Amino acid sequence: MILSVPTRRRFFTTASSIAFAALLAALMLADSQSARAIPAFARKYGMPCSACHEAWPKLNNFGQVFKDNGYQLGNDRDAPIFQQPAYWPIAIRTTPNWHRESTSATDITNPATGLTTEGQLTTHGFDLTGLDILTLGTLAKNISFQFVPSADNTGAFHVESANVRFDNLLHTSWLNVKVGKFELDNIISEKRILLLSSFGGFYQGYHFQPVTEGLYTFGIGDNQLGVEVSGHSRNSYTRYSAALLSSNDGNVNLPNGHGYDTFLTVSQAFQVGSLGLQRVGAFAYIGRAPTYFTTTVGGTALGDGLGQKSFTRAGFYGLWYYKKLDFSTMYIHGSDSAFLGTNTPAYADLPVGARKPTWNVGTIETHYTWSPQLILINRYELVRMSQQALPGLPGNLGDVDVLTFGYRYYPFISSRAGFAFHNEYSILRQRGTSPINGLDITSSSLFLGFDFIF
Amino acid sequence: MRAQKHSLKWMYLATAALLTLPSLAVAQQAPAAAMHVGARQEAHVGKLTGHSEAGRKLYFRFCWGCHGFHGDGNGENAQYLNILPRNFVAATFKCRSTPTGTLPIDEDLYNSLNRGLNNSNMPSWFPLTDQQRADMVAFIKTFSPRWQTEKSGDPINVPAEPALTVESIKHGQELFQKLECWKCHGQEGRGDGPAASTLTDSNDQPIRPYNFVAGSRFKCGVSNRDLYKIFITGLDGTPMPSFADVVKPDEAWDLVHYLRTLQVNHRSPELALWMTTKEGAAIVSAQKISGTPTGSGINQ
Repeated sequence: MILSVPTRRRFFTTASSIAFAALLAALMLADSQSARAIPAFARKYGMPCSACHEAWPKLNNFGQVFKDNGYQLGNDRDAPIFQQPAYWPIAIRTTPNWHRESTSATDITNPATGLTTEGQLTTHGFDLTGLDILTLGTLAKNISFQFVPSADNTGAFHVESANVRFDNLLHTSWLNVKVGKFELDNIISEKRILLLSSFGGFYQGYHFQPVTEGLYTFGIGDNQLGVEVSGHSRNSYTRYSAALLSSNDGNVNLPNGHGYDTFLTVSQAFQVGSLGLQRVGAFAYIGRAPTYFTTTVGGTALGDGLGQKSFTRAGFYGLWYYKKLDFSTMYIHGSDSAFLGTNTPAYADLPVGARKPTWNVGTIETHYTWSPQLILINRYELVRMSQQALPGLPGNLGDVDVLTFGYRYYPFISSRAGFAFHNEYSILRQRGTSPINGLDITSSSLFLGFDFIF
Repeated sequence: MRAQKHSLKWMYLATAALLTLPSLAVAQQAPAAAMHVGARQEAHVGKLTGHSEAGRKLYFRFCWGCHGFHGDGNGENAQYLNILPRNFVAATFKCRSTPTGTLPIDEDLYNSLNRGLNNSNMPSWFPLTDQQRADMVAFIKTFSPRWQTEKSGDPINVPAEPALTVESIKHGQELFQKLECWKCHGQEGRGDGPAASTLTDSNDQPIRPYNFVAGSRFKCGVSNRDLYKIFITGLDGTPMPSFADVVKPDEAWDLVHYLRTLQVNHRSPELALWMTTKEGAAIVSAQKISGTPTGSGINQ
């Protein structure tokens, strides 16, 4: 259904195309990301999903403590020796659904005429989000593992998580070590996200990159490869973690050659009378990414990533509870090197006036937990560029607004399986990034489906 | 165009209905929905006042899977547990500061929630807030009519712990024999006494005596004071009786000191002192040689 016809091209069409491609890539990535709720644990300990999840997969503090303790409840039933041999720590999750996706302005080529125009594209139908095979558990007391092969909706598998964790080193909960591929210690977790649609299924702030960029991709929400040292108080009210990560955004085979990033986070929870537990926290990711590559195999394969330049993400968040209502608020400030912001190799001169792009992200997510069986969800996110990489670009180029609302209804709750009916609608607007005319893009996603895990 | 939009709208509605109806069809009644209506209760723990109405929501979020909709310990997981969940209707509780046969005080239940029950499926609910735990205690009290007709027992007096001496340990060792603790707990405290295999709890389920060698935590706490209370109050619902009428306070403390030395994998002042004696060192060395293999995950 064509609604608009291109009339002019703007000088940053190329950048816009890159941005749109990046956005789509991010969406596809988010679509394939696994979410965690592990009935294998519920079966092991005989506890209902609602014990560890406010509404699965979102953890409550009891679930957070269980996770922080290396998947141990501490009641001496944790080690595999206490499990029946038939117990198998595996859970499977998928989400059959019907969804409708609409984008107001994309480039559409008519094969009959060969003409490319910009217009609205709408698709809908029955679909799958993919498949997560979640295997997590203890190997022995204070040694746990996580291995999550995950398929996208085409059936192509990748290793979403694979790590081993050593807990209570030196007999203290303040020293735990995890090695492998894992989710960063995000209390506002994208792996336990309650929303599933194309624009609600990930946090913009965890993945946003300026539209002018194309040299590297990175997301705090992506699982990363590295080693993490963490610690927590007995009730996990006070938590910290520090991770040393390969600068590859979690991709295997060292695609960026070499380089290391750092992620730091701390949080503190406190009781406020009958209102319950509130939590505030802060985090920072300091990374480096290459601006060009050497090649091998006669120039056909990437060798080593060179000319590394820095990028940072820093933010703070709060989880605020008022009886059945709770809010998750988050602020993130992002900053990239001017070389990364303008796709310029470090050996070359920067474009005239080039500077490091910076931006700010605000998120507020509201939950109304009617009961353990019904949760209403709303989220609003905004991304505002505070400085473009090139001075001639419109100040609001790439700015994003996303509004999402939906609900999850759990017809039954047991210690054996999880099941939710999931309805959700999200709408996204991004400024000036339509691929041909540089117009604002408005996209929407309607998601109706069943989310189940066994 | 308008007709097309109209048909799309109906298609969306039809799809939503198609996906919704099966979900509603399998919906069971919400667990929190009036499965149990008992008289309202309050719990008083320090400055906290727990309310059963608030506790009801928590119970049907966290507890019902084991303890059941009716609090009778017959939740859907009970059949898989080798120590059955507590039956709140019977209101018989192991961990109390009150004499055997009496109801515990609110703080006893609160403390059990705090620490969990060692060697059972009952975890520590310390991650919940203080208020939430107090609310849960209040709700637990709604299950049994005993809480309406009886008062909690008066907490026992726990005298100050006397100085630790070798004589105290040796006297405790004698009491261990005299009171025939070994019949259940075994001569080395491994929970393998001659009567161990015959023991059952109030649910007629087999129950194993506490293995001192493997553990450092007790069912009802970790401290010497907690162990003293276990002697005097007994663990109601289990074969562990109250010794309130059998031993004097000083003797109970002697027994505490000796039992600590049976925990050969747990460093304690009692063990350290016992190891300074020839007799103690020999006994502990022998116990360690035949002790729990490492790596099994059951060392504590």
